Amino acid sequence: MEKLKRDGTFYINPYLGGVLLGLVLFSTYYITGRGLGASGAVKSTVVTAVHAVAPVHADNNKYYSKFLGDEGSPMNNWLVFEVIGVLVGGFLSGTLYGRLKFKTEHSPKITSRKRLVAAIIGGILFGVGSQFARGCTSGAALSGMAVLSASGIITMMAIFGSAYVFSWIFKKLWI
Amino acid sequence: MVGPLIPMGVIPETWNNVIALLLGAGFGFSLEASGFSSSRKIMGTFFGYDFVVLRVFFTAAITAMTGIIYFDYMGWMDASMLYINPYYVMSAIIGGIIMGFGFALGGFCPGTSFTGVAIGKIDAMFFSAGLFIGVFIFSELYPLFEGIYNSRNLGGVKIYDLLGMRETVFGFLLILAAIGMFYGATFVEKKVKKVEY
Repeated sequence: MEKLKRDGTFYINPYLGGVLLGLVLFSTYYITGRGLGASGAVKSTVVTAVHAVAPVHADNNKYYSKFLGDEGSPMNNWLVFEVIGVLVGGFLSGTLYGRLKFKTEHSPKITSRKRLVAAIIGGILFGVGSQFARGCTSGAALSGMAVLSASGIITMMAIFGSAYVFSWIFKKLWI
Repeated sequence: MVGPLIPMGVIPETWNNVIALLLGAGFGFSLEASGFSSSRKIMGTFFGYDFVVLRVFFTAAITAMTGIIYFDYMGWMDASMLYINPYYVMSAIIGGIIMGFGFALGGFCPGTSFTGVAIGKIDAMFFSAGLFIGVFIFSELYPLFEGIYNSRNLGGVKIYDLLGMRETVFGFLLILAAIGMFYGATFVEKKVKKVEY
């Protein structure tokens, strides 16, 4: 067997990666009846944090209160454990292929500082958008496509279409 | 064992969180090993120098879709019990456009940014922090968005019903479209100048 490259440059074949991811997604549906997700865990955390700091405010807000059940906290949520798993799985892969390193990745045309500002604004927009669409690229688009839901396919096309246009507008951030 | 296992009561609910951790780990591993912890690799799809996102995303979608249709056909899983996100026409499109904007600035989506965090990418940490702020802003301003958020709900509708097609026909066309895109991607990659990252 070929010696494993551990200098951080090795990635698995994308079609193999896709089949692996597809099997994980299929197993998730087969076992739990639902798909994978990511932004849902962020939502549960935000709802829990706001409820802990300002319980009356959270109860009175029509959005938080949707997710505050009678019994216990929304932190006790499937997606929160799943995202902890994502961190573990990503860490294992990073260890295996030698990619563990503190680093800000950016185009040589911009500074790290500019990259970090763009990253946080991008995150904020993604956070807002994922609430409108009731899920992100994982929960709405990918999981939705696996069951051929209209919302999943429409959201997927909106995300990639819009990202394509905006990435050319902000080309300097990347290449 | 006819699935979905937990809703059918085959696996007790107490195993839920352990299963979530394991499936999440598989999810995180496949994303990181494919290169999704790197924002510049992800963005390659939009500039044509690296189509890894397109390949992984569509291969995963058609793999899972085929498994679900096959298991349902064989009677090994009752696909009608699977959760389908309701289709709120306006908010699905508006949300997608806002996410695409965030994608172009941030270079990640939530799932991929978590794998970046796991291997020490500082830009991924900033992106992830932004997610929490974004969800908080949406929630606090919810009264402003409530109208759009709840307008035009078509329920858990399937794309092939909307188009008046049979499920298997649509699935087959989707696989053909994916293979066509894979060929197209390889063609474009050969034409576009390599970007070092």
